[in-house]
This record gives sequence, C-alpha cells and structure tokens, in this order.
Amino acid sequence: MNMQSGPADTAAEAIQVAPVDVRVEGVHVSYGEHHVLKDINLTIEPGEFFAFLGPSGCGKTTLLRLIAGFNTARSGRVLINGSDIGDLPPWKRNVGLVFQNYALWPHMTVRANLAFGLEERRLPRAEINRRVDAALALVGLSHLADRRPSQLSGGQQQRVALARTIVIEPKVLLLDEPLSNLDAKMRVQVRRELRDLQQRLGLTTIFVTHDQEEANAVCDRIAVMNDGVIQQVGTPMELYERPANLFVATFLGTANVLKGKVTGEGADRTFNIAGRGQIVIPPEAVVPADAQLVFRPQAASLGPASTEPSAGSIGGSIIRREFLGSFTRYGIEVGGTEIIIDEVFQNGVHLYELGDRVQVRLTEKATLWLA
Amino acid sequence: MTVALSEALPRRRGLGSPGPAVVAILIAVFLALFLIIPTASVVYVAFTERGTGAFTLVNIQDFFANDLFMRSLWNSFYVSTLTVVLASVFALPLAYITTRFDFRGSAIIQTLGFLPLIMPPFVGAVAMQLLFGRNGSINLLLYDWFGLRVPFMEGLNGVIFVQAIHYFPFILINLSAALRNIDRSMEEAAQNLGSSGIRLFRRIVFPLAMPGYIAGASLVFVKVFDDLATPLLLNVKDMLAPQAYLRVTSIGITDPMGYVIAVILIVVSVAAMWISALAFRGRDYATTQRGGGGLARRRMRPLEKLLAYAVVLVILALVLAPHVALTLLSFATIWSFSPLPDAFTTAHYERVFSDSFLYIKNTLLYASLAGVIDVVLGTAIAYLVLRTKLVGRQWLDWAATAALAVPGVVLGIGYLRTFYGVQLPNGAPLTSLWLVIVLALAIRRLPYALRACFAALQQISIALEEAAQNVGATPTRTVRRVVVPLMMGGILAGFVTSFATAAVELSAALMLVQTNSDAPLAYGLYVFMQSAAGRGPGAALGVIAVLLVAACTVLSQIIIARSQKNTGMSQ
Repeated sequence: MNMQSGPADTAAEAIQVAPVDVRVEGVHVSYGEHHVLKDINLTIEPGEFFAFLGPSGCGKTTLLRLIAGFNTARSGRVLINGSDIGDLPPWKRNVGLVFQNYALWPHMTVRANLAFGLEERRLPRAEINRRVDAALALVGLSHLADRRPSQLSGGQQQRVALARTIVIEPKVLLLDEPLSNLDAKMRVQVRRELRDLQQRLGLTTIFVTHDQEEANAVCDRIAVMNDGVIQQVGTPMELYERPANLFVATFLGTANVLKGKVTGEGADRTFNIAGRGQIVIPPEAVVPADAQLVFRPQAASLGPASTEPSAGSIGGSIIRREFLGSFTRYGIEVGGTEIIIDEVFQNGVHLYELGDRVQVRLTEKATLWLA
Repeated sequence: MTVALSEALPRRRGLGSPGPAVVAILIAVFLALFLIIPTASVVYVAFTERGTGAFTLVNIQDFFANDLFMRSLWNSFYVSTLTVVLASVFALPLAYITTRFDFRGSAIIQTLGFLPLIMPPFVGAVAMQLLFGRNGSINLLLYDWFGLRVPFMEGLNGVIFVQAIHYFPFILINLSAALRNIDRSMEEAAQNLGSSGIRLFRRIVFPLAMPGYIAGASLVFVKVFDDLATPLLLNVKDMLAPQAYLRVTSIGITDPMGYVIAVILIVVSVAAMWISALAFRGRDYATTQRGGGGLARRRMRPLEKLLAYAVVLVILALVLAPHVALTLLSFATIWSFSPLPDAFTTAHYERVFSDSFLYIKNTLLYASLAGVIDVVLGTAIAYLVLRTKLVGRQWLDWAATAALAVPGVVLGIGYLRTFYGVQLPNGAPLTSLWLVIVLALAIRRLPYALRACFAALQQISIALEEAAQNVGATPTRTVRRVVVPLMMGGILAGFVTSFATAAVELSAALMLVQTNSDAPLAYGLYVFMQSAAGRGPGAALGVIAVLLVAACTVLSQIIIARSQKNTGMSQ
C-alpha cells in the first residue's frame, strides 16, 4: 500500500482520534499461585508509540490484554486519559486490539468485518459506510472490500485487522505481536507502514513484541519486561547505551559479561577479573553489589599480549574468528568465559590467528557495572 | 448520597452477568425432569418394596429366580457377543483391505460401508426373513441347487444376523480410523529394527489399532443389548429388552420386574462404555505426524486382488440385502415360498400415502422438534462449558451425555412411571401428550447433537470473540453475530443427525405412544408388520423412512462441506 498517496490522507482525516495518555499503577496479576505481573507502573504519553518488549512468558501479552479488559488485575489501576477503566467490560473500553492471529471473522466479508464495531455502536448506515471506506483507503485495501478473509494473503489480513480496529476510532491502539505471522521481508515493510499510520493518526499505540529489532525500529519508548517485572523503560538508544541491569544489557544486543570482584574504596576502586587483570573503576561510576563487568563487542579494542599490561585491559587468547566483511568478530577466552570483540576491518591491518594471546582494552566510557 | 451508592455496588469483574447462570439453571431443570428423575425413578422402583418404599433386594432375587428372565439375560449376552463376533468378521477384512492396499474398491467400501447405518435394523428385519428365512429366497435356491437349508434367521440367529449386518460399520469406522492414525514411521521403525510380516502386525499394528476396535465393538454390543425393536419384529421374546417391554405393557406399570430389567440394561450399557473408555485411557495412539500418512500401502498381486474383490462383493451383497429385500417387499403383491415376488404393485405406497400419511406427518413433526431442542440445548451447553467459568458447568455436559447409557426402553418406562400420576387440566394423564414422545426422542439424541455443537465451538478461536468484544459487542451480541453464525454448520449437522435418527427411533416410542393417531412412522411400521397383510405397506413405510434418513445424511454432508468452504476453515 502506498501511504503517501492523496486519498489515504483524506482518509486519515475521516478517522478522528485524540491522543490520550495511558497510566498503569501498581498492577498485580496472578493465575492462582503464579504471579504473572508484579507491581507494574507505567505512563505512556499521548500519541506515543510504546513497546512492551521481553521474552515469551514475561507477561507482556498479559499486560496488553489487561488494558483491553480480557484479564483482571488482583490490584492496581489502569487509567486512560485520567479515568480508571478497571470496571469497564471489554466492549465498553474503546481500546482497539489487533490480535496476533488477526481474528478476522471468516463468515464476514472484509467490509462486514470493518462495519461490525460501528454497527454495534448503532451508527447510521451512511456514517458506517463513510468510515469503513476511509479505513479501507487508509490501509490501501479498498479494492478487496468484498473478499472473504480466507481469500486474502497474510499481509492483507493483517491490514484488515488493523483497519477493523482503527475504524472504531479507539482511544488507544494495542498491537499483539502484529508482525509475527508475516515473512521476514513483509515484516520490515509492514512495520514501517504501521509507524507511518500511527504518526499520521497521532494515535497512542502499544506494541507487544519479543523482537528487539522491531521495537527499536518503530517505537518511541520501550518497556523491557522479564518475569512479570518491568526491568527498564526508555528510548531504544537509552536502553542500549545505559541498560539498567544485566537482563536488559544482554536482551538488547550482544553484551560481554565478566565476573569479578570489586576491591578498594572511593576513588581507588578496582574490578578484579580472576587472574586476568584488573580494571580501574572511574570515581563517578555507580557499581551495585555483586556487579559484573559489561561491555559491547565494539566497546573494546585488541592489542598484542606483548604490550605492557595496563590498568584498563584484560588478557586472553583467540579461540574463534569470523570474518564478516566490514568487521571481524573474535571470540576470546578470558578466565573460562568467552567474550566477543568486533574489530573494524582496515586495509593492511593483519588479523589475529586462533591461539594468539591478546590484550583486550576497554573503552572506559562504554564500560558498565551491572547486577 | 450518589457517591456512596455507587461505591456500595459490587465491583464488576470480568464478564460476570446473570444471563449464563439463568440459562444453565433452565437446562439443569430440563435434564432433571426428563432424564435424571425418570431414570432415577426406575432404579428406585427396582430396589424398593412396593407400597412401603423400603429398600429391598427381593425384586432382584425374584428376577434371578425366574427361568424365563435368566434365559432372557443369557440370550441377550449371547446375541450381543455373537453379533460383535459376526460384525468383526465383516469389518476386519474391509478395514484391512482399505487401509493396507492400493485397492480400487476402497472408495466403494468406504461409501457402501455406511449404508446400513441409514436403516435401523428393525426396519429391514421382516424383509430379511423373506430373503434369508426358512422359506426365503436364498434357502429356496440353496435347497433347489444343493438340497440344504441354512438357518440364517432361525430364532436368535435371525437377530444376530440382522444386527451384525446393520452394526458392523461401527467397528469398520473405528478400526479404519485407528489404522489410518498409525504413522508410517511406526511400521518403518519396526522394519528397520528387523521386524516384519505377522510379527510386525502382532507387535505393532495390532496393539496400536486395538483401542479403536474395542471402541467400535463395545458400541455394537450396547446397541444390540439395548435393542427392543429388532427382536420384537423377528418375534423373539426371550431377550431382556423385549421382556421389559412385555412386562410393562401386559402386566402393568406397577410390576417391578420391568424395572429390574431396566436397571440391568443400564448397568450393561455403563459397563460397556466404561470398558471402551478404559481402552483409550492413557493411550492417545494417534501417531500420525504432519506430512505423515497412514501405514504403507502396497499393490495387490492379481490373485490377492481377486480374493479381495470376492470378499468385498459378498459383504456388500449382505449389506445391500436388507435394502433390496425391503424395496422388493414394498412393491410385491404376494411374496411367499418363491425366490422373488409373484408380481409388483404400487398399491402399498398408495395405501400408505392415503391412509397412513399421519405416521409420516407425525414423524416429521416429532423429529424436527426433537432436533431443534437438541441443537438449542447442545449449543447452550457447549457455550456454557467452553466459554464461561460457571461453577458446575461440567455437570451439564456429563448429565446430557449420560443419556447415552439410558436405553430407549428404560427412558420410556421412566417417563410412564414419573409422569404416571401427573394430570393435565382436562384430566387426561400427561403421558397421553405426543409432546412426551418428542421429549424422549430429544433426550435420546442429545448426546450426539451435543458432540456436534462442541466440535463446532471448539473450532472457533476465542480471539474471534474477543475481537468482537474489543470493538464493542456485548457477550450476548457476540454470541449472536459471531459464535452462532460460525457454529451454524455444526449446528445444522447436529440437527440433521438428530432428526434422521429420531425419525426411525422405535424403542421409546413403543412405550410412549398412547393412541394410533399420535404414532410416528417407526411405530406404524411395527404395527403393520404384525400381520402378513400389513407387510407390504409396512415395507413401503420402511422405504420412505430409509429415503428420509438418506436424504438427511446427504444434506448434512453438503451443509458441512459448504459451511467449511464459506468460513474458510476447510484446511
């Protein structure tokens, strides 16, 4: 579909949504003894594209369904535009949920699927037709209005599901892994379209995914979840640059983690890696108890072992080498752990061989101490 | 004040509303009135002293002290067991040939194998006597050619023969399904480890197919054990179900022996179903994987092919025999001591359509009503069980399914007993209403309709309903606009099945029909068949019944295929 075309713009005007904020306050959800969500607190700004990101079973879909009204919280509140929606049944909440498997009604045409929610609101037929046409134009499917869902491709079904949700002019748009049933190429295309659509409508949107790349590419902010707890909330770059803990650091991108002990006090703190060297901890750094040393593969450089051992480097030996064109990825054994270092390829610079002893020099600013 | 009031209201949690609970209670009351209380009253009478209501085993002792009853009990077991054996003899080769070989005849077997199911055994019983009886066509020919007679239809043999021909498809279907569900890799793994031939069959194929066979066999056993109509039409009276019927109709509703027999019928039904359930417990033997497919099929050698065709032809001839005989009889002027009728006439059909059209009209009315009751209850119970969290919802399913274990005779006796004293405003007893027949038919067919509704609802993803609620539909509206339309194929199929089987049900009707003008087709057929002169019109009624059921069966297949196509759920 072409989102830039004229008719779609007019269509966007026919669908009127006001940006509202969503607040989740102290929410606990449990199934019997199993606690699925623990003390969730979140504020999603009006018009924001927000992601719940985490591995399967982390509670992200539960939280999304809680906002839609399909789960109940043991305690806590969900507020949309300042009003508590906890007492409203799903059909009175006006939050649009796009289901992972689209959940298109197979016995209705595309048009009937879109009209359904408006018919339930007892809108006049003319108004229903106008809004359905607009929503179809918005997702570029006007020509398929009389098809049945089973006659559409996966990507088209996904757009119908989106249009069916948007046509009711929801306060908030909830997307439950909307890209997971598409092939890799479609996924990239559709996520751009989603972002464009969201921007043009100005609709507060929550996107559930387990794919960090997806979340990074489209979302303004991300809540990283694990084990029913929100680990960190921030923009994609904040999360990558300053992860709050080990889970966030390792879940978003590749991170090296080295165990060690902190010795000394105040300005004299050092981080000792069992027999492999020590790193001076900058005085301003915050180091939690039982911290581990964390750095990205590109946040260090390699030097030959013969160089003078310095305070900011660790000794190790090359056990793996993958030449990937623009850079080379080395696996280096350090005190029983493998760490990964990416070295940018430069003409004339020789590569290390397996078995070479090397010094890993950390970039001080990009070094983290996390628990 | 208003604030305080709104705070005093209970906090709404989830989808809680009184609607489902009210529906559940109404269904529970219906099942209690027309299934549980009548059945319980039968058991109660069997174990209590007449008049005082004190617990006693005297009735049971009387039963076991009576030679006629003991002979009937033995005969019922004997007939049921031998029917299973004979039905297995028919079913095993067909199942084996169709699942193990690339055989052109497989499709014919699969289709014609179902043919007996559209005609209940009692319908063709009398006609079979004319074909296989002592002076029937086959024996006359055999005597002419070889000077011998085979007692196909003598006494209990007749019941066994007719029942086996009609019920072997249950074994065929279950066994074929079990064989088809065995993945080729099971067999190949055994071959790879050095097993082959008979040993492979005995150690791998046979054990894997066993639950399917037992399920089919126990179903046949129960059907035969409970059947009242076939023995009655073949004039076999010393079996349990006919004895129960005769005691209640000749001695009266207060005689305890009928109730004792009813209890025995229930116990045997439950035991057979229990055995069938045991066979499946912890043995989910469906081993086919995606892209798999059943056991390896191989081509037949010419001699094998000849043999296979011979077997198939003989069995198919037997399968078609009741249909052929019934059709001949319905067009025959006189058919006695000759291989074929003397001449043909349409007089019987004319008579049926002019004098006895009432039977057909009643049948259409009763069966439609029973079908409607069944799908309404079935849909409601399926929804309550699968989609709500009502406490005790599972009990509705269990109670409705328990009707499987209540033979028609027993339900009939139970209704007579329970509603005996209940009088209508005009003073007539409640049981004189034809509606009672409809209720009995509905209860008897409910388990099947319920399964159809369950299957239909299970195919619908819950997300489809959540999507409807998400865009603003209340649960009631969701049921109307999403659930029921999507279930419609299954509901219609359930209706047609209930209709078709209720249209030819006789056991309960025999007990409950009070006046001839309220009688359904099956009852009319029974009445006609009592006299030699009535056989022609009786057979004509039988043919009409068979055509009705066949049309329904075809219709239900078309409905299912179309609804799957329409809703895109065909894959």
